[in-house]
Amino acid sequence: MTTSATTPLVEISGLKVHYPLRGGLLRRVTGQVRAVDDVSLSIARGQTVGLVGESGSGKTTLGRALVKLAPITAGVIRYEGRDITALHGRSFLPWRKRMQMIFQDPFNSLNPRMTIASVLAEPLELHFPAMSKADRRERCASLLKRVGLDPDHLGRYPHQFSGGQRQRIGIARALAVEPEFIICDEAVSALDVSVQAQIVNLLQDLQEELGLTYLFIAHDLAVVEHISDQVVVMNRGKVVETATPEELYRAPKDPYTQRLLAAIPEPPPLAS
Amino acid sequence: MSNLLREVCRRPLGIASLVTLVALYLGALLAGFIAVRPVNQQDLEHTYHPPTRITWHDGGLAVQVYRVVDRSGPAYEPVPGEYRRLHLFAPGFDYKLLGLLPLQRHLLQPADTDTVFYPLGSDSTGRCVFSRLVYGSRVSLTIGLIGITITMALGLLVGGLSGYFGGKIDFFAMRGVEFLMAVPSLYLLLALRSVLAPRFSSDQMFIVIVIILSLIGWAGAARVLRGMSLSIRRTQFVLAAECMGQGPLGILRLHILPNLASYLLVAATLSIPGYILGEAALSFLGLGIAEPASSWGLMLSQAQNIKIFMLNFWWLLTPGLAIFVTVIAFNLLGDVLRDVVDPRMKTQ
Amino acid sequence: MTSPSSNQPLLSVRDLRITFRQRERSLEAVRGVSFDLHAGRTLAIVGESGSGKSVTSLSLTRLLPPPPACRITGSALFDGRDLFKLSPAELRRVRGRDISYVFQEPATSLNPVFTVGSQIAEAVRLHLPEIKDVRAHVVAALDRVGIVDAANRYGAYPHELSGGMQQRVMIAMALACRPRVLVADEPTTALDVTIQRQILDLLRELRASSGLSVILITHNFGIVHNFADDVAVMYRGEIVEQGPCAEVLRNPQHPYTKALIACIPRLGDKRRRLTTIDHAAIARAGA
Repeated sequence: MTTSATTPLVEISGLKVHYPLRGGLLRRVTGQVRAVDDVSLSIARGQTVGLVGESGSGKTTLGRALVKLAPITAGVIRYEGRDITALHGRSFLPWRKRMQMIFQDPFNSLNPRMTIASVLAEPLELHFPAMSKADRRERCASLLKRVGLDPDHLGRYPHQFSGGQRQRIGIARALAVEPEFIICDEAVSALDVSVQAQIVNLLQDLQEELGLTYLFIAHDLAVVEHISDQVVVMNRGKVVETATPEELYRAPKDPYTQRLLAAIPEPPPLAS
Repeated sequence: MSNLLREVCRRPLGIASLVTLVALYLGALLAGFIAVRPVNQQDLEHTYHPPTRITWHDGGLAVQVYRVVDRSGPAYEPVPGEYRRLHLFAPGFDYKLLGLLPLQRHLLQPADTDTVFYPLGSDSTGRCVFSRLVYGSRVSLTIGLIGITITMALGLLVGGLSGYFGGKIDFFAMRGVEFLMAVPSLYLLLALRSVLAPRFSSDQMFIVIVIILSLIGWAGAARVLRGMSLSIRRTQFVLAAECMGQGPLGILRLHILPNLASYLLVAATLSIPGYILGEAALSFLGLGIAEPASSWGLMLSQAQNIKIFMLNFWWLLTPGLAIFVTVIAFNLLGDVLRDVVDPRMKTQ
Repeated sequence: MTSPSSNQPLLSVRDLRITFRQRERSLEAVRGVSFDLHAGRTLAIVGESGSGKSVTSLSLTRLLPPPPACRITGSALFDGRDLFKLSPAELRRVRGRDISYVFQEPATSLNPVFTVGSQIAEAVRLHLPEIKDVRAHVVAALDRVGIVDAANRYGAYPHELSGGMQQRVMIAMALACRPRVLVADEPTTALDVTIQRQILDLLRELRASSGLSVILITHNFGIVHNFADDVAVMYRGEIVEQGPCAEVLRNPQHPYTKALIACIPRLGDKRRRLTTIDHAAIARAGA
């Protein structure tokens, strides 16, 4: 696989995800929900693209469609220039190793019946079946250390951790297979502002250390503006504006973006 | 799991029901050792004998001697001052412990073989009610365990899979379940039983009853398990597993099954009484276990004779008490388990 | 605005302690909290999850497990009466009638099988039996929180409304019985930013028009800055700093307050890293 400097890592063109609406006794298709409607965007290697929108804008569906968790109606997804739209199941597995996802709900995204060790070992068992048990354990411990948790906590269960710590575990799970592209689906939205700051910092540190590429999905424009190199604003399944954070902050073009910006509660001035 | 046991033992009701059930199952397991007479040994000289009193006499356990007052009743009365010696761990009739180990020793045996010893009286043919109760518990207590295993396995298989895959599989599985639920189970049972009766011995009939009961019973469990697996399917940890490339089998094994486990345990405990009562009802109607084998339901059906009520042969109703105690114990244990398991998602 | 100390506070909480007990373990969630709420003002209680801010607000009308699982000590003088000494019947009258609540998740706070109108009507009939035309009263309440076409929305079921609309219904329900105190526990956390703005504007408007006092529970100083008059910062079960909002925000004294203000992401802020809270430093400063 050759990658020229100009080829984006991920390129989406004309992506559509439509869900049929069924009604009546025979569950006939009576209409469709256009969750994602003709979206194109590209993500360069090492960059962070922020995807903002309110609930129902289709931003989460877009993220899921990238990793085949939502059915694609039309459009093309390219990864390093290769068309991966039609790949499924086993043929998509190598790409799953390169793309990972971090989820919103820190309470719901870890299986309450699994220890942290088995949460982190699960992706390793799938993608590195040849790895020995001891190596796997060591890898899990170093992952925990990397996200700022105590490696001695491997034997604990998710309910023994706070929301922020659980989100760190979710990040460690995503990092386990050494991906290059991570989709952060509202990864900080459910956290307290103070914890949110820690997680955002962690994500940025990891990006620097490991050269990760992020698609950062959120509804909070302030966070997205902070972390992103490029911001994409979505509304009702369509992209309404794409800009750098500076442009967006200084001169938002789309009225919807302007409304989003105006709605952010103005933070108190920083104490000197 | 050991954690669960510790929590259960911490609660008075939990430990009480657990001890009762362990005692009952131990009794069933060691039936030969505990029984005082072979299960079908008749003694037409001593029909409807009242429970013989066991006392302490002359520095040892002894049994009161009774004499016949009225042969037509029959009525017995104790002979004052006359006792026969009883020995602990004394030899008696032959049996096999756990079906393997040939033994003769029993928990309690009279010193002379001709001593009349009925801890819980005798029935219409002079068989020992206590011994029949102990042997009968094997049928009555295992029927629940085997039944629930089949029910939950089928329910988990059909419900879990249709909840996970959804779509067409789910549609057809659930219509099948609805069909099963719409079949009037008692009539089906009666019909099957009468069709199959000539082909099976009593022992085989036991198995057949269990299978019929659980084939009818799994539909409800499948429905509930489908709903649960559907909701677990939508959690983010399943999404995360899919995202890392985990296949359906892995997701079912690692993520869905462990989260259903606690429900399965509680539901199973709470449904066992249904099987015990079901067996009792069938045997009571003459459709279940048949003579000469023994089960609690069968014994109870033999106690429905008007004579027994008129002459107050209360000991023949003890199988009813045994069923009552077992059912209550299972229900209490199930309640306690639910209390322990339910708040598992607590965050503190 | 008059200085808060010049008039009698509407609600005055003193030395509130809340202890949860589970078997042998006990946990003091709130440790000696005191604050005043004045009529017509908004008090924001700010803190992270686990700081005891929600528990504090729930304890006012004893919406917590009964003793011995949860023990509440201290006093909460409301209108001259100690809320903690009321009988269950008196307490029921206070709940909803004098002090009402709006919670974070509107979707789970509404009963899905009843229409929104009938749910509000139920509360009105319970607390304001003197009102004859309950329906008109409810429609007026829905209208007041900015629900368009309120008369027709009366018969709508919760799932037919969007999240923002559901939260408006919750506020309408809380306000329908003309309470004097509204406790809003993270009322906008589950909502989109534009909806959050609308809900906060609505609360501000209602406060101005009806003299309502609001206790706002939040973890976000951005919301406090835009909305509250007074602020109390809670950290690990204690209030570490309180006072008029403008003063506290202009010149925060406690390191935790400073840290909470600093960690909000700011538009147009070009620093690479967000400020986080150094709990060890706060512990050192507190000791």
